[in-house]
Amino acid sequence: MMKIRSILLCALFAPWAAYALDGDVVIHDPATVIQLAGRYYTYGTGNGLPILSSDDGWTWRRAGSLMSVVPGGKPGPEVLARGGNNSWAPDVIHIGDQFFVYYAAPGTQPKAAIGLLVCRTLDPSSPDYGCTDGGPVAWSDGIEDSNAIDPGVLLGPDGRLWLTYGSYFGYIRLVELDPKTGKRRSPERAPVNIAINSEASVPIYRDGWYYLLVTHGSCCQGANSTYNIRMGRSRKVTGPYLDNMGVDMIEGGGKLFAASRGRHVGPGHFGLLDLGQDVQKFSLHYEADLDRGGVSVLDIRPLLWRDGWPVAGDNLTAGVYSIESARTGTVLELAVQGSPVGGFRPRRGGPPGGPPPNGPPPEPQIGAAIADQEPAQVAANWPANPHVRLAPAMLQAQQKWAIAPVAGVGGYPGAPYFRITIAGTERSLTATQGGELAATPFTGAPEQLWRIDQLTDGSYRIAPKLVPGTTDSLALSAVGSSMPTLSRFNPASDRQRWLLGAP
Amino acid sequence: MKTMFACFALSLAAAPGAAYSQTETAQQEAPRPAPATLTAPKGVSQAVDARGFIHRWLVLEPVPVQGRLTETAVQEALKIAALPDTGDALPKGGDTVTVNGVTLRWHALETSNYNLNLYHFAWSLSKPTSNVLFWVATTVDSPREMANVRLAIGSNAASRWSFNGEPVIALNDDRQSVIDDGVSRRVTLRKGRNVIRAAVVNGGGATDFCARFLDENDQPVLGLGVTLQPGP
Repeated sequence: MMKIRSILLCALFAPWAAYALDGDVVIHDPATVIQLAGRYYTYGTGNGLPILSSDDGWTWRRAGSLMSVVPGGKPGPEVLARGGNNSWAPDVIHIGDQFFVYYAAPGTQPKAAIGLLVCRTLDPSSPDYGCTDGGPVAWSDGIEDSNAIDPGVLLGPDGRLWLTYGSYFGYIRLVELDPKTGKRRSPERAPVNIAINSEASVPIYRDGWYYLLVTHGSCCQGANSTYNIRMGRSRKVTGPYLDNMGVDMIEGGGKLFAASRGRHVGPGHFGLLDLGQDVQKFSLHYEADLDRGGVSVLDIRPLLWRDGWPVAGDNLTAGVYSIESARTGTVLELAVQGSPVGGFRPRRGGPPGGPPPNGPPPEPQIGAAIADQEPAQVAANWPANPHVRLAPAMLQAQQKWAIAPVAGVGGYPGAPYFRITIAGTERSLTATQGGELAATPFTGAPEQLWRIDQLTDGSYRIAPKLVPGTTDSLALSAVGSSMPTLSRFNPASDRQRWLLGAP
Repeated sequence: MKTMFACFALSLAAAPGAAYSQTETAQQEAPRPAPATLTAPKGVSQAVDARGFIHRWLVLEPVPVQGRLTETAVQEALKIAALPDTGDALPKGGDTVTVNGVTLRWHALETSNYNLNLYHFAWSLSKPTSNVLFWVATTVDSPREMANVRLAIGSNAASRWSFNGEPVIALNDDRQSVIDDGVSRRVTLRKGRNVIRAAVVNGGGATDFCARFLDENDQPVLGLGVTLQPGP
């Protein structure tokens, strides 16, 4: 929680303070995050495939290593023979009642193998927790133009299972797997080359397109790493994967997806986390988190889609926002009588508060800048407990919402819970009995804590942690142009989509 | 909303715009044609339409007010235009009432559109259309009790709405009549008779309103009857 506390302090001075996941998030080459029995898990490079787990997707902890539940505690003999006794960069997929874990077992690169672990469950609290060696599914002999590390797995829309792998010794390759066993289908068939000289490849699928995300640049040098995530797309899983300029990834193409920014250097190892209801996120690691001494850490960020391409979203940062309904274009406000910014002016020109013009109104003249409206200027006549409503955006104080993370109350994948408060006041958005809304002094009660997920179109779903009197999950909803309420989220409607921007 | 209908003893001289409206009315010489979309209701009851809109309303001739549309200005207009408190009882078409010293007539109307055009209504009667407040009312008959519904209205311009005596919607400022612009919190339609009352304040130009009920999925509530006769 120290992380958030420092953020809150920073927020006093900088309106757009950034933050990242909480807890022990040190990892390199994280696998696709999986959800199981209410928890989240990922696995990374290191001794025995170290595990990170989280109860809410926000606060993470180390939880042992996966190889510890594999008989022998290391890659199986065939994997060792094809590769070596290492366990790197796994990827995981859940199909039916099995989990397939693919991991890299390199020897002296580019001699390496992709090993398979077959697990009945990955829930450490289950009596069935454990994995068996499934042998190698792909390998490189040390001579060919490929390095069989960094597996990425996709169950396609047609039920076919695919694996990509490779690194900086030639091609990124694609092979087909058997979704019943996780093992290689037709191993005698040569792999398909789909990209070149990159790492951390993983295919995903959406709306008739296969996308191949890879990581370019150098890893493992802290803040000197040049890792960045790039992508191409194809109508066929076997390629060709072309970038936005039509350059084939097998010739080095790749549209940028994520690069170093802010306090994070070297993003790599994309993993899709589809939470349903149009909320998609992606996991990744940064080679260096400058706020954590430059170590490699896990992050989870919103995944957006624009013009047929995935876009790396950013987690919401503390600041002052306008909350605009995508349905109506009106903004959330306290239901108080607003005052125009800069004071009342005569209808056609003249100074604020001046007398009505006598005769023809004067021509408007450019004047001094008008300061932003602050609550202290206008809140004296606000009632004690006004309700909230929607109204045309007017840049007025009752329409400016300070959104800030709340320490010590948990979160959800990628973000903590937030409070949503009229800037400069303690009047906080509150879910009330019956699924309605109020603005009440902030106490930290769960009905004042808000989960803010960015949807794939860039708008936001805003949902209270708890609604008094119901166990239903409800979201902020524009039931009409002027009326906000809480109701079940419907991803097919703009009713519960909100735009956050500068007021 | 009870206070909205309380009687206030304010003199005619206190009514902004009153002199203007009388002058304007006096200048109208020939009767104007009736509005094409408004007719006298036929039959006792009429169902809401396929989108749930209510077509039958009692509309009082416009009350001159200042026509400003802020929260405080609308509150002031409501005081000037206050009606005697009649509880759940609604007037009949043709009844008259004295408001702020002026005798005005209730009209029972049926609109052929989803909305009721108050501008056409007042213009056809050679009444002012700007800087006015219109009182409207109706009764909705529900075949059963329906919880978690919402009254949803659009009004040009500001308006105040009550449902079964409780204030449920308050819209301020100059605004278009947009379907479902103002929506109440969740309310319960009683089995049988339910009363809607509203005041629509217009500053200038067109003025109209529409109203319907939405269910908990924000879909129109159908199967409701609308009658302008008070129940037994």
